[in-house]
Amino acid sequence: MSKAILQLDALSCPSCMQKIQGALEKQVGVEDVKVLFNAAKVKLNFDESSVTGDALANVVRKLGYEVQSVKVKAVQQ
Amino acid sequence: MKFQRWIQHHTNQITATTAGLIILGFIGRFTGQTWLDTSAFILASIIAATPIIIRAWEALRVKTISIELLVSIAVIGAFVIQEFDESAIVTFLFLFGTFLEEKTLARTRKSIKSLTEMAPTTAQVVQTDGSIEETDVDFVDEGDVVLVKTGAQVPVDGKIISGSAYLNEASVTGESKLVTKRPGELVYSGTMVDNGTIQVTATKVGDDTTFAKIIELVEDAQDTKSHVEKFIDRFATYYTPAVLLLALLVGIFFRDFKLAITVLVLGCPGALVIGAPVSNVAGIGNGAKNGVLIKGGEVVDTFSKVDTLVFDKTGTLTKGKTEVASIQTYGNDRALLYAAAMERESDHPLGRAIVNYATNHDLSVTDLVVNATNTIKGQGMAAEVNDHHVAVGNQTLMTAEKVILNSDQQQLLASIQHQGSSTVLVAVDGTLQAIIGIADVIRDGVKEDLRQLKTMGIKRLVMLTGDNDLTAQAVGSQLGIDEVHANLLPEDKVTFVKQLQKENHKVAFVGDGINDSPSIATADIGIAMGGGTDVAVETSDIVLMRSSFGELIHAYGLAKKTVRNTRENIIIAIGTVAFLLIGLIFGYIYMASGMFVHEASILVVIFNAMRLIRYAPKTIKASVKREEPTNSAVTTN
Repeated sequence: MSKAILQLDALSCPSCMQKIQGALEKQVGVEDVKVLFNAAKVKLNFDESSVTGDALANVVRKLGYEVQSVKVKAVQQ
Repeated sequence: MKFQRWIQHHTNQITATTAGLIILGFIGRFTGQTWLDTSAFILASIIAATPIIIRAWEALRVKTISIELLVSIAVIGAFVIQEFDESAIVTFLFLFGTFLEEKTLARTRKSIKSLTEMAPTTAQVVQTDGSIEETDVDFVDEGDVVLVKTGAQVPVDGKIISGSAYLNEASVTGESKLVTKRPGELVYSGTMVDNGTIQVTATKVGDDTTFAKIIELVEDAQDTKSHVEKFIDRFATYYTPAVLLLALLVGIFFRDFKLAITVLVLGCPGALVIGAPVSNVAGIGNGAKNGVLIKGGEVVDTFSKVDTLVFDKTGTLTKGKTEVASIQTYGNDRALLYAAAMERESDHPLGRAIVNYATNHDLSVTDLVVNATNTIKGQGMAAEVNDHHVAVGNQTLMTAEKVILNSDQQQLLASIQHQGSSTVLVAVDGTLQAIIGIADVIRDGVKEDLRQLKTMGIKRLVMLTGDNDLTAQAVGSQLGIDEVHANLLPEDKVTFVKQLQKENHKVAFVGDGINDSPSIATADIGIAMGGGTDVAVETSDIVLMRSSFGELIHAYGLAKKTVRNTRENIIIAIGTVAFLLIGLIFGYIYMASGMFVHEASILVVIFNAMRLIRYAPKTIKASVKREEPTNSAVTTN
């Protein structure tokens, strides 16, 4: 499992949160999606054998939100 | 997709264009140019509705009925019945309102933003060949050696391996007084080297550093919702579809299309949804800026209701920097040495005082062999030192070790304890050989601060300590504490906290975060003194970074103020909806004016919350100062 933190541009509407959360949760191998509204960050855990951090960033970009940076870190189980 | 993103990125330009077109439309109307009137409003409606409809559609795809959907339907409805000026103004006000919301929301988040911007970005990493390479902090590994020069920021948590420096650790401890650090000492990411050059081996990097954890904690806190917020969120998920349904029913039963679409606009839950979270964001941000880390809206809510404060003594009410104040020995001069040797590995404040005393008096303990050390929780420790059986601890330990004190010794013990000092007894081979008096200084201004907390709504002050009863009473009476309980083990403190909770008190426990973790976890609100220690940051609900009582007052006042602010915002929001509904019934509110009131109410709640950013508690000292000029004015008159 890896942990990814996506830094987005400022979020202004609470419904953006639901949109981003919903879209990421649908991705295979992704779990524990947490969208921090005020910090404009997305934290999630994902299985690196089925998806990459950049691919996840693209999912968010496709929804119309700018992704400033993606940090991926391996988590020891 | 590309079109949608282009629209999202140019919403501000779209808003401005719409404003221009609306003005043009009105010019057309007043100059009698009907073609200009109609076409300008039609164009404005189409342009401004586009981003709103896109957002509504996107939300709908993830099965969310959004405010945008209500507005979209209303606007399309107005367009269909050819109320072009209404549709244009409603869409413009909605976009412009959203723009203002973004700007003002950014202000409420500024405190946190300035905190994250203090995070280091690059590090000077010393390579194996001795050269230095500038590296992004994310790519520094544990074990790397980094160089930090005067004026630079420490990029990692680590240990100094060479050099010494004056450091400003305000970003981690909140204390801006410079501290000197030498090889072997720990430095923290985010702190500044004021003067000096040091090389540091990284022990924690990136998101594991104390500073990163503090930021993460505050960021999470702003999104941790209170019961009120959760309730409103749940309410909003049903409320928005309900408004849609209501509009439909109005349309069907009254056969009034205009009224139906007006209901859609007026029903938007804007101010209600944003009112509570924005208060908490501003309140928590204010705290972070003032050295008070509050973990979320729920904590704010509960803390504001706290009526009982329970304190640990050592390290909380007192500075925890204990010093040996008196020593009485009985024959065996080596007793003190034995005690120092045994306490070498201890982190107990009393033990440390003895070790420091020995170090400061150049008493070498290195030739002593300590074996079979046995620490007895809440009593002290026993060990074999150079084949002598030595016991170091309190009276309970002496009784257990069958050490008998004569009446002179008991008298001395009592008189030291009456002064508020702690006592440590040292017995060698079953005979008492030394009575050590250890004093701990009470923090400055605690008495006044406690009195102020009482005026702010705290009803009961309780002190729980593992120390002896006499010392505890001495400190308690000096500070005006209502209840003092001494000779307690950590688990006894938990029992006391539970007892208070059973008596229907809302209890906050204030401790130094390390040995008090069980009580901190049990209390309704756990408050940790002592900035930067991992345990403190993790187990508590509130962290006081500077370990000052001023921060405790700030936190308590802030919590009360934030809760009141949230309440005000909810009242404003509900009041607005009521006002609009009444206006609708009596027919003086229509779509555009309704949208205006609605957007204005959102801004009002944000501005109201922004007052929290500047909150600072009135201190008693300040009010004393304010009284002086009035007195002198009286005398001169």
